[in-house]
Amino acid sequence: MPIASQISMVPVVVDDDKCIAEKGCRTCIDVCPLDVLWINEDTGKAHMKYDECWYCMPCETDCPTDAVTVNIPYLLR
Amino acid sequence: MNLPDDISVKDVDVLIIGGGTAGPMAAVAAKEKNPDASVMLLEKANVKRSGAISMGMDGLNNAVVPGHSTPEDYVKEITIANDGVLLQKGVMTYAENSYEMIQKLDNWGVYFQKDETGEYDMKKVHHLGTYVLPMPEGHNIKKILYRRLRRHRVIVENRYQAIRIMKDSEGNACGCISINTRTAEIYVIRAKSVVMCTGAAGRIGLPASGYLYGTYENPSNCGDGHSMAYQVGAELTGLECYQINPLLKDYNGPACAYVTGPLGGYTANSKGDRFIECDYWSGQMMMEFFNELQGGNGPVFLKLDHLAEETIQEIEHVLHTNERPSRGRFHDGRGVDYRTKMVEMHISEIGFCAGHSASGVWTNEKGETTVPGLYGAGDMASIPHSYMLGAFVFGEICGANAAEFAAERDFAELDVDFITAERDRILAPMKRTDGIPPSQFEYKVRRLVNDYLQPPKVTKKMDIGLQRLQAMEEDIQYLYARDAHELLRANEAQHIYDCAKMAAVASMYRTESRWGLYHHYVDYPETNNEDWFCHVQLFKDDSGDMVCKTRPIDPYVVELDDNEKNAYAQMRVQQAG
Ligand SMILES: Cc1cc2nc3c(=O)[nH]c(=O)nc-3n(C[C@H](O)[C@H](O)[C@H](O)COP(=O)(O)OP(=O)(O)OC[C@H]3O[C@@H](n4cnc5c(N)ncnc54)[C@H](O)[C@@H]3O)c2cc1C
Ligand code: SF4
Ligand code: SF4
Repeated sequence: MPIASQISMVPVVVDDDKCIAEKGCRTCIDVCPLDVLWINEDTGKAHMKYDECWYCMPCETDCPTDAVTVNIPYLLR
Repeated sequence: MNLPDDISVKDVDVLIIGGGTAGPMAAVAAKEKNPDASVMLLEKANVKRSGAISMGMDGLNNAVVPGHSTPEDYVKEITIANDGVLLQKGVMTYAENSYEMIQKLDNWGVYFQKDETGEYDMKKVHHLGTYVLPMPEGHNIKKILYRRLRRHRVIVENRYQAIRIMKDSEGNACGCISINTRTAEIYVIRAKSVVMCTGAAGRIGLPASGYLYGTYENPSNCGDGHSMAYQVGAELTGLECYQINPLLKDYNGPACAYVTGPLGGYTANSKGDRFIECDYWSGQMMMEFFNELQGGNGPVFLKLDHLAEETIQEIEHVLHTNERPSRGRFHDGRGVDYRTKMVEMHISEIGFCAGHSASGVWTNEKGETTVPGLYGAGDMASIPHSYMLGAFVFGEICGANAAEFAAERDFAELDVDFITAERDRILAPMKRTDGIPPSQFEYKVRRLVNDYLQPPKVTKKMDIGLQRLQAMEEDIQYLYARDAHELLRANEAQHIYDCAKMAAVASMYRTESRWGLYHHYVDYPETNNEDWFCHVQLFKDDSGDMVCKTRPIDPYVVELDDNEKNAYAQMRVQQAG
């Protein structure tokens, strides 16, 4: 059965310049109730890996460097 | 016989599943009851920010505070709102413990709004009594609960999804099988009693936006607990009494009449007229909402544009910083300002939720399910309209009772065959190399729910819906997950699938209409008290089929006058009618 890979506009954006994941921070990843934020293997920074977001905002509120912005998912806007 | 090496096992006296609202309270209560007991709180997300109250709460929707109402008043109100079908004893137990729980939380540092004299600043939103207590600065509630968990040395396990409850040879609950959502490792917890606090089944229907996670409920509450209870042989009740809420269109969060109502806001039709007497969420109110949406006066709006600037600022402060804080962004994106525009509303997807409605796993006034040693609290259980405070009260009751139950028991012997078979079943989607993505399977189930099972309910439609769902049983063997996260979604999708079938089976069983829109059955438009003044219990029978039976309503502890019984039936504002 063939699998297609689709692009998706993700609601949560991390500012790589502000993110301090390389210092061991995992706060946003820890608090997300849907476990959709992960470390990006290429950049070492946090990013939204799965487009499965409740726009609930713990990730943004708890980030120590204000690196996270939660946007409303496109389908709802 | 020992378990294979790839399965780890842990023994605890009391296991609590779900660390949102009821769960942390249950864990603390179990420890308070028996400080020597080992108590584990197992959570699919992270207890620091999980569940419905992850960012705080706008207020207590059902506070029974002396001087404002009595437990008897409250029991009456909820009896009427539920068309008489409820376990009054359970609601009474809640009501009698409500005030004590508020004081407990207050002592712990949860902030509730008080008036100039230092008394709780109660607001009237319900049809008859006064039960709403605002908590505009309620952001820190999860932190406060977390501190309590630490203080009581509760063992917290985050990122584990419970998948099956285990039963011993005598039929008692004896733990659960879970999976790490990041590593896909199977983790068995053997326990002497189990409390389920897994929240509502909020991912059964599809939100109007089509976004799978744009649900009213926190989407981590997808019905795992409902499915687990069903699979282990517990009875569920009132599933045909769906949860359907009036929400902001597309945003799908509360509008929220409980906050804006006491400040002068209200639900209006497109002409700006009030059409419902009372904004308290009930099936009867939702029926009027639905009629207005469908009729020529729709859509329906939240009207605030007549309010004074300071009032609007107060509303914005609460609604845009607490509970669902991304709401302000949603409005900004569309250029909606409460000062100048009414805000479009809509109805939510269907769900099972005792917190707002009356559907869930059957529990009595002690929090016991029909399986010994298995307790349930909060949105997944069946004490109706329990909301946040009900989750706390019954969390506490279940935690204490589960600790007592555990004290009398030894650990059961592990059923190795069952556990290894479950391991194979649970992990199967990751062993495949292609197949059906969990998101597509889930979308299809939920789309069928919307097409065929949401009200107005029609037998022929529900028949087709159930058949289409049953045909999807075949697809489960093709579910394909590339990593542990997709496996989590695959397992959730199977629980959602169970819940969807339950919605159909329970709805078709009750051949009458009741609870306004929640069970608006077109083929049987009248309420039939002669045959259907009873609970409908859904369960798995000995041959593995999903079946229903009736359960008589326990004698009332508070009688209703005849003129009170219909109070909620007259929801429509007369002049707008
Ligand atoms: C948007 C919104 C607004 C609300 N506003 C109010 C209000 O203003 N006032 C009020 O009184 N009530 C309000 N409520 C209702 C109230 O929040 C809930 O009734 C209450 O919090 C439910 O508590 P709970 O413990 O049952 O569920 P939750 O607090 O949601 O917790 C359930 C937990 O179980 C976990 N879980 C689920 N499945 C599994 C599994 N398989 N394994 C492990 N863990 C699992 C979840 O991750 C979650 O943490 C609101 C609800 C919502 C959704
Ligand atoms: S919380 Fe902020 S700093 Fe920490 S990993 Fe996430 S984005 Fe980076
Ligand atoms: S908004 Fe909520 S669901 Fe979305 S990434 Fe942040 S914490 Fe996760």
